[in-house]
Amino acid sequence: MVFSPELLLQALITGVLLGGIFALISVGLSLIWGVMRIVNFAHGEFLMIAMYIAYYLVVKGGWDPYLTILITAPALFLIGILIFQTTIRPILKDPSMNQIMLTVGLSLIMQNLALVFFKADVLTANTTYTRLNFMLGPVVVRGSQLIAFAGSALTAFLLYWFLQKTETGRAIRAASLNRDAATLVGINVRNTYLLAFGIGSASLGVAASLMIPFYYTSPTVGLFFGLIAYVVVVLGGLGSFPGALVAGLIIGLTESVGASLLPGSLARVLTFGIFIVVLLFKPQGIFGGKQK
Amino acid sequence: MLEIKNLRVQYGAFAALQDVSLSINDGQVVSIVGANGAGKTTLINTISGLLRPVSGQISFDGKDLLQMEGHNIASMGIAQVPEGRKLFSDMTVYENLLMGSYSKHARPQRQKQLEMVYELFPILKARDKQLARTLSGGEQQMLAIGRAVMMCPRLMMFDEPSLGLAPKIVQSIFEVILRLKAAGLTIMLVEQNVRQSLQISDYAYVLETGRVVIQGSGQEVLANEHTRAAYLGI
Ligand SMILES: Nc1ncnc2c1ncn2[C@@H]1O[C@H](COP(=O)(O)OP(=O)(O)OP(=O)(O)O)[C@@H](O)[C@H]1O
Ligand SMILES: [Mg+2]
Repeated sequence: MVFSPELLLQALITGVLLGGIFALISVGLSLIWGVMRIVNFAHGEFLMIAMYIAYYLVVKGGWDPYLTILITAPALFLIGILIFQTTIRPILKDPSMNQIMLTVGLSLIMQNLALVFFKADVLTANTTYTRLNFMLGPVVVRGSQLIAFAGSALTAFLLYWFLQKTETGRAIRAASLNRDAATLVGINVRNTYLLAFGIGSASLGVAASLMIPFYYTSPTVGLFFGLIAYVVVVLGGLGSFPGALVAGLIIGLTESVGASLLPGSLARVLTFGIFIVVLLFKPQGIFGGKQK
Repeated sequence: MLEIKNLRVQYGAFAALQDVSLSINDGQVVSIVGANGAGKTTLINTISGLLRPVSGQISFDGKDLLQMEGHNIASMGIAQVPEGRKLFSDMTVYENLLMGSYSKHARPQRQKQLEMVYELFPILKARDKQLARTLSGGEQQMLAIGRAVMMCPRLMMFDEPSLGLAPKIVQSIFEVILRLKAAGLTIMLVEQNVRQSLQISDYAYVLETGRVVIQGSGQEVLANEHTRAAYLGI
């Protein structure tokens, strides 16, 4: 591949825009980990479900993609707490191997159900925003990606504000810091877990609606985003909110610069290379403090 | 106010409390004396609903606490200054205090209680934006007490509040306990400063390997031969 400054600039812009979405997808995983010390390996599949909901609303229902947030976010909140109550809550105190098996199992079930209901086709929604592209000097900026970036930043900010400044947000943080102490001041810890899981899932509803104008949907689309989220959360420091944001951008840049510099399948090697290096040398993540 | 009857608490097959009965009257300071491992923390955590007894009864103002969950027990006005402080380490001093008044019954009093806490411990006001984990040991203990005061409790249970603190801070903690009593709170006190805690206690229980072996007024327990030999080193 021929290297050119324009190509690199293009990759940088795309990388930042994608990084915003990666960050939003990861924040939910990070919140769930931070509060209840569970890695939800079905996180990507929750996103996949949300993308199908958004896709059908747009393509069959004629909805504006961004308006579908009104459905996807509450739907994912409900699906999240339903799955949490029925499958994850009963194993919260079990050894982590059991928890991994359970959420990995969940992801496989969801993938296969999607295969049954939606077939293996790769679906793309062609919306008015899909072609909303403009030139910025020598590079093309995709309008839908720019909107997704802004929407992700706004959602992440709102979530951060909620956790920092509201009574309920503080209770969620308190329960994640010290379960017993939270109970002792009158917090219903069980409810904060439920709420955190619901919110972590709802953020995927928002992400799905933001992505639908420029990203395809398929039963296995969650695999890629689940892995990305996992890498971002580990890189940012498990449970760290600002860490997930910065790491999202780093992985977005790595993915897109990698794709423009390296031939096809090699591109992903960069992302997972970073992942392995972080695990080896700074397992608490770039923003994580000391391991607790 | 608090009535405990024939309480038995186990960790697996090991009985940490056996047949413990005790009562605490409104406005009293009641001490629980016992060696390491006697079951004092177990007793306090069972009252708070963090542990479930195998058998026995606990009632508060006639209400059965064993029918309630921990967070509801806290909301009834039973506060704990826990062993090891259990602060929300990555939250600020101010946020820790806010958490104390999380429950619905405490929230309307938030401002009033906050002023009271800052008056009891002016240092907490000076440090209000600092993360709890960066406080000194003494300051952390003050914050743990302050957080409990924020709950507007009727019963406040102290679990070794002066452990590892300098004598001067220990004295100020005893003074705070007396001021809280004067303000009408009922207090359950576990302290390794046995003499001093018995001196300020209306009533006291001595726990040994999970059983109440001696009880009486603070003065009586202080005068008891066995207590003097075992806990006062006389
Ligand atoms: N989580 C637990 N699992 C098993 N045994 C426990 C547990 N917690 C306490 N114990 C045991 O129960 C007994 C009572 O413990 P507890 O912590 O109530 O004692 P304590 O009187 O508070 O002691 P200390 O003065 O050292 O704080 C001890 O023998 C202890 O080893
Ligand atoms: Mg103890």
